Amino acid sequence: MTRPPVINVSETRASQTSAEDVLIDLTDIELAYDVTGRAPFLALQDINLTLNTGDFVCAIGPSGCGKTSLLRVLAGYETPTYGSVSVDGRPHTKPDAEVGVVFQQPNLFPWMTIEKNVDFGPRMKGVDAHQRRQRVSRFLEMVSLIEAAKKLPHQLSGGMKQRAAIARALAADPKVILMDEPFGALDAFTRESMQMSLHNIWKKTNKTIFFITHDVEEALLLSTRVILMYANPGRIVENIKNPFSKKLAETSPTELRVSKDFIEMREYLVRRIKESGEY
Amino acid sequence: MTVQTDRPPIRDPKGKPKGNLSRKTSFRLFNRALSFLAIATALLLWFLVTNLGLVDPLFFPSPQSVWAAFVTIVQNGYKGRSLLAHIGSSMWRLLIAFTMALGLAVPLGLASGYFKPVRAVLDPFIEFYRPLPPLAYYTLLVIWLGIEDASKVALLFLAGFAPLYIAMVSGVQRVPRDRINAALSLGSSQWQVFTQIVFPSCLPELFIGLRTALGFMYTTLVAAEMVAAVSGIGWMVLDASKFLRSDIIFVGILIMGVIAIILDLGLRWLQARYLPWVGKE
Repeated sequence: MTRPPVINVSETRASQTSAEDVLIDLTDIELAYDVTGRAPFLALQDINLTLNTGDFVCAIGPSGCGKTSLLRVLAGYETPTYGSVSVDGRPHTKPDAEVGVVFQQPNLFPWMTIEKNVDFGPRMKGVDAHQRRQRVSRFLEMVSLIEAAKKLPHQLSGGMKQRAAIARALAADPKVILMDEPFGALDAFTRESMQMSLHNIWKKTNKTIFFITHDVEEALLLSTRVILMYANPGRIVENIKNPFSKKLAETSPTELRVSKDFIEMREYLVRRIKESGEY
Repeated sequence: MTVQTDRPPIRDPKGKPKGNLSRKTSFRLFNRALSFLAIATALLLWFLVTNLGLVDPLFFPSPQSVWAAFVTIVQNGYKGRSLLAHIGSSMWRLLIAFTMALGLAVPLGLASGYFKPVRAVLDPFIEFYRPLPPLAYYTLLVIWLGIEDASKVALLFLAGFAPLYIAMVSGVQRVPRDRINAALSLGSSQWQVFTQIVFPSCLPELFIGLRTALGFMYTTLVAAEMVAAVSGIGWMVLDASKFLRSDIIFVGILIMGVIAIILDLGLRWLQARYLPWVGKE
């Protein structure tokens, strides 16, 4: 057994919320893959999770714990073998514009300019041209890419591409945005500035975000809630309300990182990940 | 930042080449100079060997006589038709067959790549005829369609169809799954995914297919004109050989080579112009 953390985690554990502001509801999700000659591999088991409107939920855990599987189920890319996903009260079984996705690789459409990439979602929805122009410039401005509007993705740096991918997801106006380690491939400096701009975008748009990361610090800086997952079977073992989520407004990330509470929380989570034995 | 490599050097407003590109550029210039030097050496050797009387001009004409033959053909034509008419009739066959192959192979290839049953129906036939030497079934085509253009166009069409079709199928299969997922999560319907994402994603493969197909068709064209024809640049060469006019044979071969290079350059130019992102994703 682990020593209890220095700060009382159970107190910060997310309390059951009232039904009205529940946006995403995952009930008893199981995702099993058939393995020839062996018992099926349980990528996910007994996943029960709700996301409220405006939540910023970070999923952390050792590799293979099912974070990405969970995201793919949420997105509708994978059909769970058991259980259900609902978005805003309606079952969500196929990918659609309700649930936006930002991938680890920017995944922009290489033949479209940045502007056209951002415009893709509104265009597919049949938004009229005038509104589309407004939306595109609004989100390009939000990610500081106005200057790159007419460029092709290959002409941009990694960080710029990922910002364009975020703008593209936002422009489609989804109810929730899923992000799969979007900053994982970026260098440390770009990564930090991306974290800050994502935080600001989140505050500005009040979007619900589900964010996968292997970086505990990133999770604590950005999220309102952290879920910790373990592998074999992939399951949620902690669902913690993040006490630092609102502090980023008054404290710089650099200060926050060295504060005593923050370090204790970080060490606790890192230890919990190590305990899984698969870190 | 991505540095464009296959383009002329980017110049800053003052007109000086940018530092890191100038080395690359001079390297390219050096290689180009080497190519020209090699060509010049070959021409010089040709000139020397023929003019010193080391070979029989009947088999190996001198550059001057080839040039003279070229000038004569340009001025007087060959066997009642101008040189441009010969080239034109070859290119016309090529163009018709190319357009037909493109028009049919692209939709069929897309459909085969996207829907397995379509592929299951088409693949056996295409896999059967694709490795056959075109001239093997050319005789049949001539019997069916006659010695005029129809049989040649059909032959060229068959030569070009397979590589284009195969390129499209593999293009569809190589579309990254997450690219399609991204489009779906931005609200695309299946049909929109097909037209807006899958098709443009295949364009790089299509261009590879176009270049392969054009190469196949061109070789087949010359061969076809040599077997049964009354006009065309391939026919001109064969006809000249009957009279041991090696100077004209040389002219014909050089023209064929130059045309092939121009066609391929044209396709490459189109690709650089319209698909600048290829290979830089």
